[in-house]
Amino acid sequence: MLLIPCPWCGERDEVEFRYGGEAHISRADPEAADAAAWADYLYMCNNPRGVVAERWVHSAGCRRWFNLLRDTVSHRILAVYKIGEKPPRTADFGGDP
Amino acid sequence: MNRGFPAAGNSSTLSPVQHYSFPALVHRALGRHRSWTPLWRKAAPRPRYRVVIIGGGGHGLATAYYLAKEHGIADVAVLDKGPIGLGNTGRNTTIIRSNYLWDESARLYEHSLKLWEGLSAELNFNLMLSQRGVLNLAHTEADIREGRRRVFANRQNGIDAEWLDPAAVKRFCPVLDTSAAPRYPILGATLQRRGGVARHDAVAWGFARAADARGVDIIENCEVRAIRIVRGRVAGVDTSRGAIDADTVAICAAGHNSVLAAMAGVRLPLSSHPLQALVSEPLKPVLDCVVMSNTVHVYLSQSDKGELVMGAGIDAFNSYAQRGSFPVIEAQMSAALELFPVFSRVRMMRSWAGIVDVSPDASPIIGRLPVEGLYLNGGWGTGGFKATPGAGHVFAHTIAHDAPHPLAAPFGLDRFTTGALVDEHGAAAVAH
Repeated sequence: MLLIPCPWCGERDEVEFRYGGEAHISRADPEAADAAAWADYLYMCNNPRGVVAERWVHSAGCRRWFNLLRDTVSHRILAVYKIGEKPPRTADFGGDP
Repeated sequence: MNRGFPAAGNSSTLSPVQHYSFPALVHRALGRHRSWTPLWRKAAPRPRYRVVIIGGGGHGLATAYYLAKEHGIADVAVLDKGPIGLGNTGRNTTIIRSNYLWDESARLYEHSLKLWEGLSAELNFNLMLSQRGVLNLAHTEADIREGRRRVFANRQNGIDAEWLDPAAVKRFCPVLDTSAAPRYPILGATLQRRGGVARHDAVAWGFARAADARGVDIIENCEVRAIRIVRGRVAGVDTSRGAIDADTVAICAAGHNSVLAAMAGVRLPLSSHPLQALVSEPLKPVLDCVVMSNTVHVYLSQSDKGELVMGAGIDAFNSYAQRGSFPVIEAQMSAALELFPVFSRVRMMRSWAGIVDVSPDASPIIGRLPVEGLYLNGGWGTGGFKATPGAGHVFAHTIAHDAPHPLAAPFGLDRFTTGALVDEHGAAAVAH
């Protein structure tokens, strides 16, 4: 059960949110990308065991998107930051091993 | 079926001492049951194997068994970071069926179901396969169209499938509420009579015993920490119990497939999620089939111990924690009560989660990875248990021939580049 800190509304129950998957995926260049590049952009995931940068939307609240740094083993939320911002360095948050 | 003592099986390599039979039971009983031996050796890793399989769940053990039995490759080690069978093999809701929509999937899962039907005899181990029938309920007009279409598609593929109207559903499963009262009334169902359940732990133990008898080393508490690659080719693995050289490394690690592939520098289209299940207190026999519903989203059956075994969808977020969030349990409980108001006072005993590797098209990935000698059997997501013997069978063939088994060919990693997806999301009666 997650208690998610929405940057605009504060901490709210997980049921108010929708998961948006991995963050910071940049779209393949439609002029240059070959099939492999499209496959990488569309389907491949980092899926780390440990800290992941991911998108969430506060769908039953302010309906705004934001990013989380979260540990996929402990479920600890290390940082929250806005869309368009770079992820904070995980070392600054004593990232779980 | 082998009934003799000593072993009379055509394929068994079990010694007379190991073989299970009624005379063997009498023999052991006369010796006060002191002479039973463990089902498999506690093997220590040797420095080198022809094939190393990472993951000692049902799929990995089945792969090892079929490599030894069908392809004469017994120089195989199955590595597991814990004891075998304690991952998703021991955590699923044990449902077996083959009523998938698309031809590629239907053939693969039907191949598996056919293997299930002879497996207890072949392994000389009771897997308690119970073909009690699987109902997939329809609650909307769209469900009816999907269900009937799937019945027709299944029949085209030689798979038993029936469409039941609400009265027939009530006759087949009287405890279901087929009245018009529910918010989503039952408007019909598909039925696969050959579907059912099996004892999941026995599947791991039976394959482990049979593989071990053929010379496979099952190495428990042996965590893979690195995959060694020399000049673009797999050379072996580094483990918590030392380095092991291997010509071929086969990844069969379900939720941890991405982590292992990353050790070889390979990115996979998989995301790992918790899939929760729960059981009730034991009840008298009340539900003698498997009931699945996509629309209200729960699937349940009653175990031989009398517990109601329930599951539903994954938790939406990525996780490796083997635990999920309570709202998911709450949603599946409310779905169960929608279908079975009679269970409203049943208490739940335990809940747990397994980590499943979900692929973009809800179909597995079986075959070579872009490193020579490295293979993957994964991406089974929420539905891998039913495929255990079939997956092991086609994966062993793929490894032994270094070319995909015909049934596995549509499920290569290259389909994400070519675009030839086998999209079973919402198509396969799968309650994702």
